[in-house]
Amino acid sequence: MAVTSMKSARGRGEPVAPAPAFSPDDIRGDFPILQTTAHGKRLAYLDNAATSQKPQAVIAAMTRYYNSQNANIHRGVYQLSMEATAAYEAARERVRQFINATDSREIVFVRGATEAINLVATSWGGANVRSGDEIILSTLEHHSNIVPWQMLAKRAGAVLRVIPINDAGELCLDEYEKLLNPRTRLVAITHVSNALGTITPVRRMVRMAHAAGALALVDGAQSVPHLPIDVQDIDCDFFVFSGHKICGPTGIGVLYGRQAILQAMPPYQGGGDMIETVTFDKTTYAAAPQRFEAGTPNISGALGLAAALDYVSGIGMDRLAGYEHQLLLYAQEKLSRIKGLKIVGTAAEKAAVISFVLSYAHPHDVGTILDGQGVAIRTGHHCCQPVMDRYGIPATARASLAFYNTREDVDQLVLGLETVKEVFG
Amino acid sequence: MSDLRELYQEVILDHAKNPRNFHAMPDSVRTADGHNPLCGDRLKVFVKVEDGVIRDVSFTGAGCAISTASASMMTESLKGRSLVEVQAIFESFHDLLTTGNHADRDEELLGKLAVFGGVREFPVRVKCATLAWHTLQAALKGSAEPVKTE
Repeated sequence: MAVTSMKSARGRGEPVAPAPAFSPDDIRGDFPILQTTAHGKRLAYLDNAATSQKPQAVIAAMTRYYNSQNANIHRGVYQLSMEATAAYEAARERVRQFINATDSREIVFVRGATEAINLVATSWGGANVRSGDEIILSTLEHHSNIVPWQMLAKRAGAVLRVIPINDAGELCLDEYEKLLNPRTRLVAITHVSNALGTITPVRRMVRMAHAAGALALVDGAQSVPHLPIDVQDIDCDFFVFSGHKICGPTGIGVLYGRQAILQAMPPYQGGGDMIETVTFDKTTYAAAPQRFEAGTPNISGALGLAAALDYVSGIGMDRLAGYEHQLLLYAQEKLSRIKGLKIVGTAAEKAAVISFVLSYAHPHDVGTILDGQGVAIRTGHHCCQPVMDRYGIPATARASLAFYNTREDVDQLVLGLETVKEVFG
Repeated sequence: MSDLRELYQEVILDHAKNPRNFHAMPDSVRTADGHNPLCGDRLKVFVKVEDGVIRDVSFTGAGCAISTASASMMTESLKGRSLVEVQAIFESFHDLLTTGNHADRDEELLGKLAVFGGVREFPVRVKCATLAWHTLQAALKGSAEPVKTE
């Protein structure tokens, strides 16, 4: 995915030589799965908003850990354990660099964006949200950024407020302004909509939240893989993402929390590794991030994630974003020529997600027919039932692009849609 | 492509585009709602039963081609059938979609419904084809809870 208007390194004063143009042909060989077939056809994997494919470097990093580095961390006095601990903590530092956090203690490893949001809702929310307090979400949110807040609201007697979207799928900021009030404790918004591709103006929205005395959480599950991220620039209090959407393994994700806020939060889960001292009378807790990492963590996952961040950084996030945007334009132009096809979500600032409906075929049937052509797309509500309700549709078909996708993938999708037309048109 | 032709047979496409008995029956004795949360299919089944026999059955709603065609063909195949026969047909239909191990007697019971045999090759679509049937069962049992297939 990519942005329509991008900041480039150029124009910031110092002369920078233009980076060589990115070509997916140079890197597709790094992804074993892209060499495989589906139903005997070339695989056109266009479901990157659901999960990304993994380069060999990530697979190798995880294999290397199990082959030669495996030991539990933070406890052994022997060499292997010390090495594993160092590698795990180096992965934390890698994440800090990648999102430009101030301090690696602001990085908590979790299972994914979903667990990160649940952690904040349970720990911070439990300590800070009271009856009558308000939490602002938006219509664009994934269920994972709705349900934990509903659960918190129910426990605490708090109220959820929802920022509406316009027909293009953009947040209505004037409505957001009206929702903010002294009872607002938190604004939790997505950075990029997984269902529509809308990029939300998070910097501005965070500033508005802070002006109202509220904290701000940004769900970066869909933005981290596709946009350069700087949490200090966004100035959010919490930022969450999943490793598997940025070429990393499943089961590892990140909660970034501003240092002062994170250190003041009560524990989430209890167990080993998150304590200072334990007696049956009293336990004192470790400082963050260890306080929030009870039990043996996903060590190989953290190492895999660090390898993934190295991999995409090696190409350059700006180059990736620029390429993906060109591919988005190509795909939208091709798809808009198909009669009876309507693209849902036409925000001015858009990542490379194309949700669409066909007048003559249900998305589920579209998905099945495309699968037969080797084209993997997502169909359904994309865990965003409020978005579907907003457009009065039960489901969409969604093609979501990554930097390893090519025009050939898009052409295969278009050809597959011609088959749909043959069957249903 | 051959599996796809098996799945989307002409008769299925015809029922999907022009569903039969596609209307509400305000005076029907029993109704139930069915929902497939995974793909968003929603339908409502209306059924009139007299003396243990289905006198009339209809449906409304929106769904994919498989769920719409299945609902349409279900309504056509069940009018005038006894509740005992309905149960036998449903079981044969379910076997057809899941195991493919249906006996000769089932061929007769299933009749036109045998066109759904192709769904077996698409396990994620089985719930589309059975949604109307599960909803009918709920209506017959007088269940107030909406049916969900997932």
